[in-house]
Amino acid sequence: MHKIKVNGREVRVGEGTTLAAAILASGDPFRTSVRGEARAPLCGIGICFECRVTVNGQPHVRSCTVLAEDGMEIVTGE
Amino acid sequence: MNKTSTDILIVGAGPAGLAAAAAAANSGGTVTLIDENPRAGGQIWRAELGKIRSPAASKFLRALTQGRVDLINSATVFAFSGDNTLTAQTPGGSISISCGKMILAAGARERFLPFPGWTLPGVFGAGGLQALVKGGLSIENKRIVVAGSGPLLLAVADYLKTHGATVLVIAEQASAAKIRRFARGLWRQPEKMVQAAALRARLIGIPYKPDTWITRCRGPRVSKRLARELEVTIKSRGSSRVIECDYVACGFHLVPNLELPMLLGCQIRDGSVSVGDHQQTSVRDVYCAGELTGIAGIESSLIEGEIAGLAASGQTEKAKTLIKKRDAATGFGRALDHTFALRPELKHLVEDDTLICRCEDVSYAQVKDFATFREAKLQTRCGMGPCQGRVCGPAVEYLLGWEPASVRPPIFPVKMKYL
Amino acid sequence: MASNKKTFDAAIVGAGIVGAACAVALAREGLKVLILDSSSAASGTTAAGMGHIVAMDDSPAQLALTHYSQKLWRRLAPELPASCEYENCGTIWVAANADEMSEVHRKKAVYDENGITAHVLDAQALLDAEPNLAKHLSGGLLVDSDAVVYQLAATRYLLLKAVKQGAEYRQFNSVASLSDDGVGLPSGERISAGTTINAAGAHAGDLSPSLEIRPRKGHLVITDRYPGFVRHQLVELGYLKSAHGSDASSVAFNVQPRKTGQILLGSSRQFNSNDDAVDNAILNRMAARGFEYMPALKEMSAVRVWTGFRPATPDNLPYIGKVTGFKNIYAAAGHEGLGITMSLGTAELLADEIMGRESPIPRQPYSPGRSAASS
Repeated sequence: MHKIKVNGREVRVGEGTTLAAAILASGDPFRTSVRGEARAPLCGIGICFECRVTVNGQPHVRSCTVLAEDGMEIVTGE
Repeated sequence: MNKTSTDILIVGAGPAGLAAAAAAANSGGTVTLIDENPRAGGQIWRAELGKIRSPAASKFLRALTQGRVDLINSATVFAFSGDNTLTAQTPGGSISISCGKMILAAGARERFLPFPGWTLPGVFGAGGLQALVKGGLSIENKRIVVAGSGPLLLAVADYLKTHGATVLVIAEQASAAKIRRFARGLWRQPEKMVQAAALRARLIGIPYKPDTWITRCRGPRVSKRLARELEVTIKSRGSSRVIECDYVACGFHLVPNLELPMLLGCQIRDGSVSVGDHQQTSVRDVYCAGELTGIAGIESSLIEGEIAGLAASGQTEKAKTLIKKRDAATGFGRALDHTFALRPELKHLVEDDTLICRCEDVSYAQVKDFATFREAKLQTRCGMGPCQGRVCGPAVEYLLGWEPASVRPPIFPVKMKYL
Repeated sequence: MASNKKTFDAAIVGAGIVGAACAVALAREGLKVLILDSSSAASGTTAAGMGHIVAMDDSPAQLALTHYSQKLWRRLAPELPASCEYENCGTIWVAANADEMSEVHRKKAVYDENGITAHVLDAQALLDAEPNLAKHLSGGLLVDSDAVVYQLAATRYLLLKAVKQGAEYRQFNSVASLSDDGVGLPSGERISAGTTINAAGAHAGDLSPSLEIRPRKGHLVITDRYPGFVRHQLVELGYLKSAHGSDASSVAFNVQPRKTGQILLGSSRQFNSNDDAVDNAILNRMAARGFEYMPALKEMSAVRVWTGFRPATPDNLPYIGKVTGFKNIYAAAGHEGLGITMSLGTAELLADEIMGRESPIPRQPYSPGRSAASS
């Protein structure tokens, strides 16, 4: 199990879970589009960039391409 | 920047790339296989919770460890600098690899078509949702509409069902008549027929509707949180109905990832890379295998990969023996193209305020009057966001008949320090 | 082609921002204007630029025209649609060391003399204004009146405005030759026009060989969106050295905040390169220069890189006015990296000359005949 934080709330996920799957489980939107719409993943394979979130302070990380690791702090909705 | 060199560089560790690596592995030269995912396997053998589960994939991966193959994971190729050198971004820094011969096996992605509501959270690609489930997303008891086109829909529906979801319907836009002809053709390839029969048996209970497509999706309770429920309108032979569901998995067959071959200057014809008998492209020392040469499924990818691996490593006699088998497999690809060609009605799903470019939020009304993709890009930023037109490009080529936009490095967004 | 038999008062060759601005100015005078472009609007040098509207003081004439043009932009701004993303963000000329700080004071005096408001920033004030700049810098000069515009949308707006005023616009329509009675098309057809304006940017010399215009290649990088990371257009003080010099290649730190939150990073200058491919060596130099001034750029996601060609002239001033040896051919070309800024002023000077009246600033420094006269 890995413990990560999504927008300050703790989320526990199993080994091999992508951040995108963890965030979907949390129910929070991923990014806010240019016009202010909430977006969530489309392609699941790192192409569409809809699942971008901030990971440990680094913005624009494609959450579907990163596996969750203990202590990661995710901020979404930006 | 790390610099390295290799005799044969293979880009993409899906079936075609793995087959190429296995074929070239024992030729005496050095072979490097580079892939953007954390694990090899490509999309079809995508690792599930970090582990590769396909026996076929495991067989190839074992073969790699026995030959002289370096596997570089999590490396996204973004630039090409003449003299057969590719540059990639990895979590540990950038890496530049020069090579004698190159085999491109960059695979395909889903084609997405815009319809009202396609940008709502909960509307995924078909393969997209499958990939997310493989990454740990639970779909237990979720009600899912699978829609779009192509054989992938069946595989995805099957996968979702075996992972606890209720698949309400598979809406396939292709006509029933075309699907019937396609299914009859499978008799000529018994192996495929067995697969198809097995799949059909498992799919019992999921209505498979040809001549059917999504026209609209609504999230009745959109709030700051993700929509809890979606209302999908599907159209079938003139009649429409609304289905309530939790998720939509919608993709319209596949399109090759042509960015890298285009960057290298490989000749493209009818949306795929032109190759010769030995999978050689129009560019010297560059070979192409798998879905890049046309969407034709895994068997074709494996044979093409093997031919490319053999040819690139000088084993041309052995490669020649596979040509016939390859041609049969690419014939299957032509049947796929014909069967799952997009029907013209799908051009009318978009409304003026439907977004075309999801990165930059550009609507159909903003782009529809431009004559070329370039003009629309420059004036509206359509296709200028981080996905670099990978999502909207194939859509506008279909909707507006535009030529694909030109390709420039970096072909993927990259940290400034690695440029 | 019956339409080609039409007679125009003015045929403008080139639908970049300069051609578009000229079209508006001439149509406003009541002339029947035709605009021709071999491709689509703003697809040449205009597309490749940054959209910086800047008062630049490389020479008194350069300052006069950029300052005049800037006022015209400010006047136009209220009518520009939101897509033009006009923003009065100001420029900070960044000083890297004490020597450059003395240049800051010299520059401030020049701006003061010309009625351009500028403020000297010490090292701390610079960091307060732009917290993401490197800590070792000495200060800078903040020029309030400079602005940024999405020049592609602005060009389109100007073209549509000209069309509304009665101009005709034909895109994907190449021109093969210019003469005193109009333009010749590659097919051999002719379109007659009382006046012809060569606004063909980097290609202007192909149509008017007496114009000494050399393409000067540049690179730009654009990032993903990082709202608030940069607030002003930032330019190193050494920029003018790079822009003015005739070195085969040079780079200078230049960063622009787009209204979208994206960041544009420049700049490079190369002569003797007609290949529009990205040149990795100079791109790396340009990026390295950027990191010296703004280290956090390193980690930012670069979405695209592109190149373009500035139409450079020997004295770094554009050609505006009658082309030597012709009665009815005028030039509005050769703006190097200042075409967006100077477009509106250029159009006014040209309209004044064609209509035979005085201009608010002297036109002689930009006269195409000047190089022949001085050599």
